[in-house]
Amino acid sequence: MVIVDRIVIVIVLAGTLVTLAGTIGLLRLPDFYTRLHATGKCDTLGTGLILAGLIIFHFVHYSSTPLVPIKLLILIIFVFVANPTATHAIVKAAHRTGVRPWHLGEKRR
Amino acid sequence: MLSFFWFTALLISLAILFCLYRAIVGPGVFNRVAALNVIGTKTIILLAVMGYFFERPEFFDIALLYAMLNFIGTLVASKYLEKGQLWS
Repeated sequence: MVIVDRIVIVIVLAGTLVTLAGTIGLLRLPDFYTRLHATGKCDTLGTGLILAGLIIFHFVHYSSTPLVPIKLLILIIFVFVANPTATHAIVKAAHRTGVRPWHLGEKRR
Repeated sequence: MLSFFWFTALLISLAILFCLYRAIVGPGVFNRVAALNVIGTKTIILLAVMGYFFERPEFFDIALLYAMLNFIGTLVASKYLEKGQLWS
């Protein structure tokens, strides 16, 4: 029990750190494309790690209701498909509208 | 274990506040749409963690619904910003 709880704590903390790194990238990077480069991957990985930790937690502590981890698994698969698609759609729209990439020495946008 | 979930929810809420800065200040409309997408993804995590914190498994259904709404909203916003209209 205790060992599995520690494994869950390590996985969920790793997901939270990855999510916070994506947030710092969204705040600090100089351009629209670089900001989406940070958040498009970090949010997907962070969501997957935290929900995987919650699945392990549910299998140990609430084993009488086995339908809830299936919902969480469906949520992980949907996020892993939908989040890069949404990021690609925004970047394509910005590229066709004429948002120019940032070059070294320019002002931060 | 419940206090650890409370801590995780607190950190995710802090991340949502930082993303809200980018959604308010960010230059141009594309930065705002991207920040809203990120806020929606973090809200999914927050709903899933709070489902264990309050011990109510209905929150996972709400998280699934919110994931679909977030995805559709981002796609519709990017298509409208790209083409200027939705039906074409």
